[in-house]
Amino acid sequence: MTKWLAPRSAIGILLITAALIALPFVAAMGGQAWVRIVNFAILYIFLALGLNIVVGFAGLLDLGYIAFYAVGAYTWALLASPHFGLHWPFWAILPIGAVIACFFGVLLGSPTLKLRGDYLAIVTLGFGEIVRIFLNNLNAPINVTNGPQGITLIDPVKFGDFSFSGTTQILGVSLSGPQKYYFLLVALAIFVIIINLRLQHSRIGRAWQAIREDEIAAKAVGINTRNIKLLAFAMGASFGGIAGGIFSAMQGFVSPESFSLIESIMILAMVVLGGMGHIPGVILGAVLLTVLPEVLRYGVGPLQVAVFGKMLIDPESLRMLIFGLALVLVMRFKPAGLWPSPERKRELQGDA
Amino acid sequence: MKRHRKVPFLHVTVDLPKMDIFLQQIINGLVQGSIYALVALGYTMVYGIMGLINFAHGEVVMIGTLVTITVASLLIKAGVPLAVAGLAGLVAAVLACMALGWGLERVAYRPLRNAPRLTPLITAIGMSIVLQNVAMIVWGRNYMTFPPVLPKINFELAGAHFTAVQVMIVVVSGLTMSGLVLLVYRTKLGMAMRATAQNPQVASLMGVNSNRVISAAFVIGSALGALAGVMVGTYYEIAHYQMGFMLGLKAFTAAVLGGIGNLAGAMAGGILLGIIEALGAGYIGDLTGGFLGSHYQDIFAFIVLIVVLMFKPSGLFGEKTGDRA
Repeated sequence: MTKWLAPRSAIGILLITAALIALPFVAAMGGQAWVRIVNFAILYIFLALGLNIVVGFAGLLDLGYIAFYAVGAYTWALLASPHFGLHWPFWAILPIGAVIACFFGVLLGSPTLKLRGDYLAIVTLGFGEIVRIFLNNLNAPINVTNGPQGITLIDPVKFGDFSFSGTTQILGVSLSGPQKYYFLLVALAIFVIIINLRLQHSRIGRAWQAIREDEIAAKAVGINTRNIKLLAFAMGASFGGIAGGIFSAMQGFVSPESFSLIESIMILAMVVLGGMGHIPGVILGAVLLTVLPEVLRYGVGPLQVAVFGKMLIDPESLRMLIFGLALVLVMRFKPAGLWPSPERKRELQGDA
Repeated sequence: MKRHRKVPFLHVTVDLPKMDIFLQQIINGLVQGSIYALVALGYTMVYGIMGLINFAHGEVVMIGTLVTITVASLLIKAGVPLAVAGLAGLVAAVLACMALGWGLERVAYRPLRNAPRLTPLITAIGMSIVLQNVAMIVWGRNYMTFPPVLPKINFELAGAHFTAVQVMIVVVSGLTMSGLVLLVYRTKLGMAMRATAQNPQVASLMGVNSNRVISAAFVIGSALGALAGVMVGTYYEIAHYQMGFMLGLKAFTAAVLGGIGNLAGAMAGGILLGIIEALGAGYIGDLTGGFLGSHYQDIFAFIVLIVVLMFKPSGLFGEKTGDRA
């Protein structure tokens, strides 16, 4: 930790801080839509780092991670919207969302953690689908989730009188809603990055890595594998729950559509594509996979017009096509991810 | 998912005597289950040999259905008799999917044979996105109607109704699966496959060309998938570029339920899953006093899976294997 105080690191930190403060204003030059995209990139960093605990550190393949995100999002939506007429404050809901998501994580984890890799993957996938189907159908006979229509008019995050939606003037600077959320999200992201960094080389983090590399050996040296795996699941789930709550407040609207399997897969892709278990890599993966589709969304249509003079292919499918190809190509040429941890890179080269 | 709305049993009126409904659901479940089983075989063969979840398999099935529709519709328009057009469509789909399966392995999996375990999973997902969007560009976003290549004949058995299409599906998949069992247990290629599944290194030391075996597994699995795709098309009479996803997911669930990597397990898992789903959808309303309706149908597959795996962690027929270190 002390090396952070070295002059070179201090300059680096200052530069990063300056860039982080400037980013929402630079993005706003391209329109508030870009600020929202930046916000989503940070939200996905949060989610990807949460999943990184489960997949990257502990080596448990979780394909239903979005379920915890959904639980957090619906917790916020139900406790802070006109749907049930409840308007609880954020400091009450966020922990509740995290605890409920954590409970679901333990609920899913405790019976299934003895399963081997791919069996665990399909069970978590099934769990994610179960949660989504319930959210979609729990509007009858008692209307809990309002079904496929979802819940609208969800309260934004509020500190006392300070609301995160709408424009406000702070010290003469005009801040839009998305820009305010940006700073909140950055703060949360830094929080989760610090937790990840501290966990990585802690006793627990080393236990996770031991389980990831060889579960039987880990058991043999006295690690309580069941509890440690459950802890990874519960922690990942709580982070998912918190991210879900923020998502809900930021959007003002949730529906089951946002929590389909493809979302789980995307978050997993961020973790793997960036470099499993390596925090900077996962951050890079999350940013790339959020921003790339958006850049393609704005770029593919005009580019076709420029090259061929007219729209030849539906830009929406072309965009996803390129995205899919990019996933294949990156993994083809960088099997360990774009920015793998040094140890992992060495291992792979040793194998070859 | 749309296709479930078209399932005939949902149109059966409720005032029939109980036994009829039960029989009806068993028949419908058997038909759906045969389709799941065929698709599940594709997953299980690949998994058994190389320990890889071929996530793009559902899309192969989808491409098979859409190719059949295009070929058969063109031939029907040209005045070719219905049955011949249907058969030609089937052959075209099987050939197209075999080529696709072969290509998929070459492009997305073979270069990553020695990569970390999750890497091919991501390329599989990437290929699945690519195939879906290619299908959308080629065939469009709309639902396509499957040409009526088989005559509509209805049968009745003890109050339960079924059609010629349903009989055809069960018979053809039964024959195909027997053929596959013969292939795997009675031919040289089959022996090579089983050897590679047991231990790839030793198999290749014994002169098995493991690349050929793996390609063969992909090609055969894709051919079975194409056949299943044609069956789905004739059964529900519609197809769509997104149909492969849920079908693939269910079939994969079936494969895991039976014990992934195990041929008999995939077949049994598929049929079991089909029947459980049909019975579940038929009875869930009564069981929960109307609290949960038949739109919870998709849940059964996963609940059954979780419960089975809790008690049998390697699936119903899977062998107990330790972690391969």
